[in-house]
Amino acid sequence: MNTPVLSVDALSVEIPTRHGLLKPVDQVSWDIAKGEILGVVGESGAGKSMTGNAVIGLLDRPARISGGQVRLNGTRIDNLTPAQMRKVRGKQIGMVFQDPLTSLNPLLTIGDQLSETIETHLAVGRTEARKRAIAALDEVGIPAAKDRIDSYPFEFSGGMRQRVVIALALCAEPSLIIADEPTTALDVSVQAQVIALLKRICRERGAAVMLITHDMGVIAETADRVAVMYAGRLAEIGPVAQVLGAPRHPYTHGLMGATPLASKGRKRLAQIPGAMPRLGALPNGCAFHPRCPKAQDKCKSDPRPTVQDGAGRAACWFPMEDA
Amino acid sequence: MIAFILRRVFQSVIVLLIVGLVAFSMFRFVGDPIENMLGQERTQADVDRLRTQLGLDQPFIVQYLKFLGNAAQGNFGVSYRQGRPVATILAERAPATLELAAVSGTLAVLVGIGMGVFTAIRRNGVASNVIMSLSLVGVSLPTFLIGILLIYLFSVELDLLPSFGRGDTVMVGGWSTGFLTKSGLLALILPSITLGLYQMTLIMRLVRSEMLEVLRQDYIRFARARGLPERVVNFRHALKNTLVPVITVTGLQVGSIIAFAIITETVFQWPGVGLLFINAIQFVDIPVMAAYLMLISVMFVAINLIVDLLYFAIDPRLRIDGRH
Repeated sequence: MNTPVLSVDALSVEIPTRHGLLKPVDQVSWDIAKGEILGVVGESGAGKSMTGNAVIGLLDRPARISGGQVRLNGTRIDNLTPAQMRKVRGKQIGMVFQDPLTSLNPLLTIGDQLSETIETHLAVGRTEARKRAIAALDEVGIPAAKDRIDSYPFEFSGGMRQRVVIALALCAEPSLIIADEPTTALDVSVQAQVIALLKRICRERGAAVMLITHDMGVIAETADRVAVMYAGRLAEIGPVAQVLGAPRHPYTHGLMGATPLASKGRKRLAQIPGAMPRLGALPNGCAFHPRCPKAQDKCKSDPRPTVQDGAGRAACWFPMEDA
Repeated sequence: MIAFILRRVFQSVIVLLIVGLVAFSMFRFVGDPIENMLGQERTQADVDRLRTQLGLDQPFIVQYLKFLGNAAQGNFGVSYRQGRPVATILAERAPATLELAAVSGTLAVLVGIGMGVFTAIRRNGVASNVIMSLSLVGVSLPTFLIGILLIYLFSVELDLLPSFGRGDTVMVGGWSTGFLTKSGLLALILPSITLGLYQMTLIMRLVRSEMLEVLRQDYIRFARARGLPERVVNFRHALKNTLVPVITVTGLQVGSIIAFAIITETVFQWPGVGLLFINAIQFVDIPVMAAYLMLISVMFVAINLIVDLLYFAIDPRLRIDGRH
């Protein structure tokens, strides 16, 4: 059996505060295989980005990994020293941030920023790094890369800058890419191009992708599997068709009901009553039970860990039946 | 860009003309120089002759233009007190002040930026907190007090460093320098610390707050996510982005170092233009005062111009805008 590129096992993140310990990520587990795109969805504050930051080792203090393991190509990376972790970042894990307008240093040319990354991770000289930088820009579809390499970020449009950011994240050929809402800040017309680009490059390189988003459309179009997070926990994970088509967890079901789809016609969208609880005030048992239409007494006391259900896993005592 | 420079030079000229007017007004309004120069034993004929000789009987505007014309050629007239050309006196005194200002300016910029970066990176470290607390002393204690305290400690109690004067100087092509002798270098230490301490702490606190701001930016996060070494992230990515405001303040402060050398020079009896100016005030030596005023304003205007040009060197966005 192939080792997954990324294996997250019961990963927890905690933030000590004056009012007690918060757990923005609680016992999250999943694998991503070579060439696979895992979509991670959830509301703001559900722990999506926090999980991504924990994997790449960029948690802002005082947040810290409090339990579980992160393995990259079979090697544990959650217990590396900062110096060792730095060599993993960029080289083995590439990260794409949400806002391309602020992700690039305004005072350095994109060629400088590409070259410094390449020189840091690959044993190449200045001229070779520059050659590779031009190739990387070519690959992400920057027209006339040779002439544009000495331009500054502000000379590019938003979509072009996100291409540059992707080139930067990929220039040392990492095996895992974490894309944290890569299209949220972009024009709708540009979003599709950037998603297509990300998808193409990952297929070509066989890289694994963790795609964090709250856009169900992006997930449906791009991801192979999807993980749904709620209040720091994994609610459900499985192949896109199953999770979106026949969700098991009532939360996923509610999310799908609230997603506008052309096939549903012009009916009123269903909504989930209430709001996601704050991390400091999580209810006992399943975090979703106060809003859940199927909740019973058991849900109020015992949270259910995710259990295998068909091709996926869901964390629910009373999963939805196939419609 | 050329247009920008021309515009700035034009503005600078206007500023200098106005300062020139103020400097010139001193001659007209701070007493009658003829009275000062001739003393009590004089005849009306002497007064009239000198008045005509100095051109003081001509209309205001003519005198002003003449003053400007002379000033532009470096001719500020004759010192009332010393009876020698002001330009010569200034030329003798300038090296002392410029060397002092250069040393304390360099010290302030290098140490200020270095400690600013350090305290920003090690934000919660013990050393940072100690430096930050001490820096309050630098910002709040008046210059003369710092000077006197340093003299007391290092000259009186420890007897390590001279308490006044420049030490031995060497003439290098008309420029008297204290850099080449041991006593000259020793004499520079206390005055330059006194003069630069305020600027050093100011620059340090500014660099620190700018760094903290920049370190929160997405591009710093992205630089870390790309696995760049901390050194590169801190200095190449973060520090450079803090420089525009830092250079603005530093530029103005370098101007003040020269202008406010007056106090330090008085405390340490440093034979520079500041001390010359203080003495000139005591004796109402107006040509010297006017020349000093013009000199300082030329310096400020020049520094501002240099600062504006440095913006272009640092921020590519300005270069592009300037092209249109």
